[in-house]
Formats: sequence, structure tokens, C-alpha cells
Amino acid sequence: MAKIESSFKNMLFVLLIISVVAAFALATVYGFTKAPIEQSQLQKQQNAIKEVLPPFDKIQEEKIPIEQEKKESSFRKETDADSLTLFHAYKDGQKVGVAVETFTNKGFSGKITLMAGFTTEGNIYKVQVLTHAETPGLGTKMAESPFKDQFEGKNPQTYNLTVKKDGGDVDAITAATISSRAYCDAMNTAYKAAFSSHATTDTTNTNCVDK
Amino acid sequence: MNQLQNFTKGLIKENPVFVLLLGMCPTLGVTTSAINGLGMGLATLFVLSLSNVIISLLKTLIPDKVRIPAFIVVIASLVTIVQMVMEAYVPSLYASLGLFIPLIVVNCIILGRAEAFASKNNVFSSFIDGLGMGLGFTLALTLLGATRELFGAYSIFGLKLIPTDGILVFVLAPGAFLALGLIIGIINSLKKTA
Repeated sequence: MAKIESSFKNMLFVLLIISVVAAFALATVYGFTKAPIEQSQLQKQQNAIKEVLPPFDKIQEEKIPIEQEKKESSFRKETDADSLTLFHAYKDGQKVGVAVETFTNKGFSGKITLMAGFTTEGNIYKVQVLTHAETPGLGTKMAESPFKDQFEGKNPQTYNLTVKKDGGDVDAITAATISSRAYCDAMNTAYKAAFSSHATTDTTNTNCVDK
Repeated sequence: MNQLQNFTKGLIKENPVFVLLLGMCPTLGVTTSAINGLGMGLATLFVLSLSNVIISLLKTLIPDKVRIPAFIVVIASLVTIVQMVMEAYVPSLYASLGLFIPLIVVNCIILGRAEAFASKNNVFSSFIDGLGMGLGFTLALTLLGATRELFGAYSIFGLKLIPTDGILVFVLAPGAFLALGLIIGIINSLKKTA
């Protein structure tokens, strides 16, 4: 079969057809993958919560707004970054801890999101890194032992969540002080959100999510 | 050219990274470890074979003057579909490869092969060409990633060989250029003596 001639009408027609077919294919695939994708993202979040908290059987979600003071450093605009999500965990009606989906924009390459778990006394239980764009091999060590283990069981009330270089108690990662600082910053945000003004949180009006 | 030659040319003689020097952006960007290189290579292999087949099927229908935009639309749609399907049905694979998939759209190997090979050859040859080129790309990226990981972290595929921090520059961007330059140099000198 001979090639179609490059006349204006042909070019317009062929490109149009290709684009329409492509758009249609994308829309179809988007349509039937949308639900499974949301499902798997929710699953990921739920797994992270389970990972960072003591065993529980019920979760209550709460969104609290945070102060927008650190505007000056945010080059990239984060539209979803005006509130933190708290997950209050209960076992047999008794509160066992709270997980905070926290973030910082002070990472070496932008935003870092953490899931931080606290016990009811305010001790850090476990932390998981959700998303980040740090340097592979350096900043990525924040998700590994021994860096992440040093936080476990510490109470930010008595444990200064700042790297040793800045006078705190945290051992920074070699050659990744900025990532370590950012990690501490996110942890501070999480602790403040969970325990400062909301020490005796009234969660009657939040929506319930069974695990 | 028979199909075997067609397949193997991508591996060494016309290796996309070390000889054609195509697709440098993902090559330098993601090869911080052997496993990352392998992941990016496999994702590219898959998209390249598929896009070669589709372009080859459409080649007589696309007027010459608009072939590039037509190829791009086809490739970009294909990549997006692969990404969505992967995220929906194999989230664990997506978690490790997801990062690389959008990079494939701008990978000039795919467009390069569409333009240089698939738009001139039949469907089966194009598929074989895609497989060969993709495999060559995978090999090159894994080799480069392994080299950088070996010097940068003293480990290989995550397996620690010496329990200290490596030569950090190899993990960072300049190390990518250093390692690539060294490997191309070694390959060229081997070729001359052979």
C-alpha cells in the first residue's frame, strides 16, 4: 500500500483520527483503572498506619489545619499542604495511639511525607517514610535503620528533635544533614499537631473508618 | 538482514547507550543502582517493542510531514496506559518501577527507533528490533547502575560488599557522566583491539 500523500487535508485528518483514538483509549483505561488505583492507594495508607501504631481495631480520621508561616521557602506550590491528617487508633474502645500523616518542604529535593505513630503518652512508636525525592544512597537512608530506629520510644517533650549539629539529640545521616533536618522538621510538625492544642481531642464530629 | 542479526545488533554493535548515545536523560538520571537500571531498562523494553509494532502497523496511514507528532501521540498514550494499568493491577511492581514510566515518553530511543526502523520495516522485524534494542538498553543501564553502585556504595544489587560509605560522587549526577565516559572508553578500546 502506498503512503498517504502529505496534503493539508490528509495531515489534518490523520492527526485528528490518531488523537481522537488515543484520547478515547486513555479515557477508557482511566475509567476502569480509577477504582483499583484508589483502592491500592488507600491500602497503602492503611498499611502505613498499621505499621507505625500498636495493634488497634478502629481508626478515627481527623483533619487539622496548620499555620502557613513557612511560605517563603516553598518554591513549588503544594496545593494539598494546608492540613494534616490524624488517625486516632482505638482498641476495645481504649485509645492506643495516634498516627499523623505529616510532611515538610525542607527536604534536599522538595517535599517529604512521613507517617508518624505516637502512643497516647506522646512517645514516638514508629515512623514510615511515604514519599520523598531525596538523593539515592544518601538522603534515602532516612527510611532505613539505624537512622529511623533512634526515634522509637522517644518523647519529643524531653527528646530534642533537632540534629546534633544544631544542638539537638538526633544523629544525622552522614552527608545528608539537610534530609535529616527535614525529617526532624516533619516529626515536630506531627508532634505539635497531635499533642499541643489537641491533647484531649474531641473527635465526635469526625468520620469513622473501620480498618 | 536476517532476524537474528536484527535482534543482536541492538545488544552490542548498535547498543543504544554505548554506541548510538540515545536516551541519555534517563540513562544518567536513574542509574544510581543496578536494580534501578534494570527496572528502567525493562520498562523501556516493554514500551519500545509495543510502540514499534503499532508504528509499523500505522506507517502507511501516516503522511510523512506529520509523522513525528503522530508518533509522539501514539507513544505517550501507550506509556500512560501502561502506567495506569500497572498502578491499578500490580501496585507492588508500580511501587518500584512507577518512577521511571513517565520518563519513557521523553526517551529518544523510542522515537528514534520509530523513525529509523519501525516506519520503514514490517511488523515482525519492528517487534524484533524493539526487543533487541530494549534488551541492549537494559544491559547498558544495568551495567552502568552496577558500576555506580559498586563505587558509590560498595554494594551490588543492594548486597553490601564493604560495610562503609562509598565514593559518594559516583551516586550523584557527576558520577553518572564519569562512569558512562569510562565505560564507553573501555568498550571502544576493546573494540579496537578485537
